Amino acid sequence: MDHRPQAWGRPRDDVYGAYDASYLRSTGPKTATQAPVVTGTSVIAIKFKDGVVMAADNLASYGSLARFTDVKRLRPFLGTSVVGFGGDVSDMQFLDRHLNELAIDEAYEHETTASVSGPAPPGQLNAANLHKYLSKLMYRRRSDFDPLWNQILVAGFDSDKKPFLASVDLRGTAFTSPSLATGFGAMLAQPIMRRYAATEEDAARLSREEAVKVVKECMKVLFYRDARSLDRYSIAVVTKDGVELNEDEQLESQSWAFAERIRGYGTQTV
Amino acid sequence: MFRNNYDNDSVTFSPQGRIFQVEYAAEAVKQGSVVVGIASKTHAVLVAIKRNAEELSSYQKKLFPIDEHVGIAIAGLTSDARVLSNFMKQQCLGHRLTYGRNMPVRTLVEMIGSKAQVNTQHYGKRPYGVGLLVAGVDEQGPHLFEFQPSGMTEEMVAFAIGARSQMARTYLEKNIDKFADCDREELIRHGLRALKESLVQDRELTVDNTSVGVSGVVKADDGSTKVEPFRVYDGQEVTAWIESVADDKEGGAGATEGESMEVDS
Repeated sequence: MDHRPQAWGRPRDDVYGAYDASYLRSTGPKTATQAPVVTGTSVIAIKFKDGVVMAADNLASYGSLARFTDVKRLRPFLGTSVVGFGGDVSDMQFLDRHLNELAIDEAYEHETTASVSGPAPPGQLNAANLHKYLSKLMYRRRSDFDPLWNQILVAGFDSDKKPFLASVDLRGTAFTSPSLATGFGAMLAQPIMRRYAATEEDAARLSREEAVKVVKECMKVLFYRDARSLDRYSIAVVTKDGVELNEDEQLESQSWAFAERIRGYGTQTV
Repeated sequence: MFRNNYDNDSVTFSPQGRIFQVEYAAEAVKQGSVVVGIASKTHAVLVAIKRNAEELSSYQKKLFPIDEHVGIAIAGLTSDARVLSNFMKQQCLGHRLTYGRNMPVRTLVEMIGSKAQVNTQHYGKRPYGVGLLVAGVDEQGPHLFEFQPSGMTEEMVAFAIGARSQMARTYLEKNIDKFADCDREELIRHGLRALKESLVQDRELTVDNTSVGVSGVVKADDGSTKVEPFRVYDGQEVTAWIESVADDKEGGAGATEGESMEVDS
């Protein structure tokens, strides 16, 4: 037996031939993330009269494998904004740590800052500031050819104290809209949300209850039709009073009756 | 000739626990002409006396805009102030680019504070020979900060630095309770009166030697607040203000009498 630990667990040379160590290459040019590995699927969000609702399920997939089912992909920032992450989970965790540092620095600058929730102290980084910062960060990383493989939604309030919702992706593309969705949600949930908030004016008429209902409805549609999704999800409501985040929401009143009528997949022959 | 062994660099303490180079830098501030700053609930103003090196030359600027919402007044070495001013401008611009907002004034002042303190702790460096008054507005309202070459920074209600600034400070101390509720024009007049206090006997405020800088928050009709950008007023623009404080009986002396009577009643 070979007693060197490095050799343990390796295919035996006499059976499989010499071990191909080329992928362990330690020289040559640096290679950055070329594809996401463990991923989160859609994040959806919609503005309403006095805030924003955002939701994302609690699943982190490893390819098509539902690998982790308790991953929190919505993150409050300073108790006044919410950031939702789609895409690579390790990059999300990097950004989460980075935002933690930013929040601590910011809290030191404004020592009156309430640590949990409540109205934002004046001058503290708001959602619009945070989104601008994240868009610069994402663009910087893509320019270094080392992108953070995420699409991010930022919800909260802008400097005019109006509800704010914006997106930024791994290329640094940034935009705002009364409703936003990442990944599969952009195809499946966005059209539904647009029925309720096509314009800023529509969104400004939407009540909180309506907005939450629309988002829950969209999460259900996503669970039905997106194969990388889960029926446990997180939902956050941002208002002037702070962030209400529920990280253990269960999809209610599902009905799979429609599945009976689906033809063209699976084992049936007709 | 007497020679002090402890003032060759800014890293050696004297046996009395002093760092002479830093103290000398503070002296440089006192050589500069006087600048006054006051902050109210709505505005922050800077006023300054400009000097001309000789009759035939122009007057050296004392007030500089840094960003939309901040300006500085300098007393001491102008060339050192230029370095700090450029640094502050860059930081404000960088902050605006990354966060899309005006840099909080305190953050900005603490940055130059740290920058200046480093110079007092490394061999071969020297402190900046300039003091600043930094006036600006941010989300938390108007602010006035003092900056010293030692790296010390402090928020002030009102302050004066530069030659004979003690006289101006005395005026400010006497009137400190009034500043908070002053409107824009009153605040500028208080600044100019403080400035007059520190003038030497036969000199007076003229359109040539007086600078005024103002920034503030203005209430819009819909109740929201807007920033009045920092702006420097020079020359003819300050005529009205100078005339409005010229009537005061012998400057502060008359005003002070009025003050004490008000306080008593």
